[in-house]
Amino acid sequence: MTSQQPQTAVGNNLNRLLPYGGQPLSFDQHLTLHGPPAYRGAAGRLIDDLRAAGLTGRGGAAFPAHVKLAAVAGAGGRPVVVANGAEGEPAAHKDKTLLYADPHLVLDGLQLAAEAVGARQAFVYVHRDARVLKRLHEAVEQRRAADADRVPVTVVEAPPRFIAGQESAVVHRIEGGPAVPRYSPVRVTECGIGGAPTLVQNVETLAHMALIGRYGASWFRTAGTFDEPGTMLATLHLPDTHAQVIETAPGAALHHLLDLGRRPAQAVLVGGYHGTWLPVERAAALPLSNAALRAEGASLGAGVLAALPVDRCGLRETARVLAYLAGESAGQCGPCLNGLPRIAHAFAVMAEPGAHRTERADVARWAGLVERRGACHHPDGSMRLVRSALTVFEEELWRHERGSCVGVGNRTRPFLPLPAGANPHDDEDWS
Amino acid sequence: MATSAVNNSNSTSVNDPTTGTRLLLDPTVCRGHGVCAELLAEHISLDEWGYPIIADRPVPPDLLRDARRAVTDCPALALRLEGR
Repeated sequence: MTSQQPQTAVGNNLNRLLPYGGQPLSFDQHLTLHGPPAYRGAAGRLIDDLRAAGLTGRGGAAFPAHVKLAAVAGAGGRPVVVANGAEGEPAAHKDKTLLYADPHLVLDGLQLAAEAVGARQAFVYVHRDARVLKRLHEAVEQRRAADADRVPVTVVEAPPRFIAGQESAVVHRIEGGPAVPRYSPVRVTECGIGGAPTLVQNVETLAHMALIGRYGASWFRTAGTFDEPGTMLATLHLPDTHAQVIETAPGAALHHLLDLGRRPAQAVLVGGYHGTWLPVERAAALPLSNAALRAEGASLGAGVLAALPVDRCGLRETARVLAYLAGESAGQCGPCLNGLPRIAHAFAVMAEPGAHRTERADVARWAGLVERRGACHHPDGSMRLVRSALTVFEEELWRHERGSCVGVGNRTRPFLPLPAGANPHDDEDWS
Repeated sequence: MATSAVNNSNSTSVNDPTTGTRLLLDPTVCRGHGVCAELLAEHISLDEWGYPIIADRPVPPDLLRDARRAVTDCPALALRLEGR
């Protein structure tokens, strides 16, 4: 629509979503930088822009945004749109960071998405983070006062559970039920909230939509690669430093992003706790790209990258995460309910130095029994982590068999973050 | 031509994984009673925790009667038949 370049792109094309180092923007600052929402004047126009821009979902599945919007717009009935900011992954902070830095960019995108699919109702679904919720409620109120929105926005809180952001769980929660996944052979794009076609879109994806609406598809493509255009947010966990959220772009060298030259690592976890361990020498040779990662059996997921320090035990780290993931099962599907705790327990045995018995064979058999048998992808994602750990840390397994462990001096210093006191969910709070 | 295609629909559907009658399980509702595996042992087995593993293919026509019974007799009403 307009070819005007955002000021933040001048000199640095990677500061689109988090300008000024991610410092929080006021509504006035947001308006000065980007102007009001770039309404396109008709349903469907944005969908063409998104196709030209090649925007894919940033929530984990990397599904083409225009396809999803077109499915919702074409499903018949009056659609509903949802900004999904439920970032249940304990290692991911990018959605919270974005919502805190510039909630208006997400809300602009939500309005444009509503216009594109013809929705008259919009929701923002976020975890109960007091700081983020306060910012969000303020932003929604400011926009109401300024009459900036065409579609009313309701904020809905998500419980602090790993799978609360899963699409059918989002729909379930917004309908007033618990945030647990639901089984349905019909997609929420056809039949979601109250039976309406429902667009559930990650908050970062919506922020990109807002910028594409304003600055156009060709501007969007000036960052990233041809097949994976635009910028993306990532949460980095590097040895000896705090977790950090960065804005980067597909094509960037992982070696550079992970600072592997200065911070030695033994393996890299790509895509979070439903993700894949890669040996550091493989990861170091790759670009940040789903195309490149797919060849290694991995994917970017929601942009979590963790470089395991050389003096930590990858089996022990994985065992801790697995115990957490087993506790995060909604307990609805028999294979997940029965398999995940058993797998986590056997894995915990393998994570300790000493002779093992049937654990490895048990884990392999149980992994086959839980995969693709749940209403959601929790068991599948958890098994991706298990299988990659058993491959990448094979040498460590042998070391354990012989009674030693690379992480023996760091037994009390876990690397991968988990919620305090995991598992904290004795009371089964899903609302 | 059209008539013969209709007459053959049963036999072709068994071989074509995209058509035919499929038995669908809602895993969030299933409690592992195991009734289905008794009624339809040719198509359903139980895992080591007692939950059904349904063959990843359409229900053969000669098993449709038993499949319908599995659907109606499931104490959790977790099964249904879809497609023709």
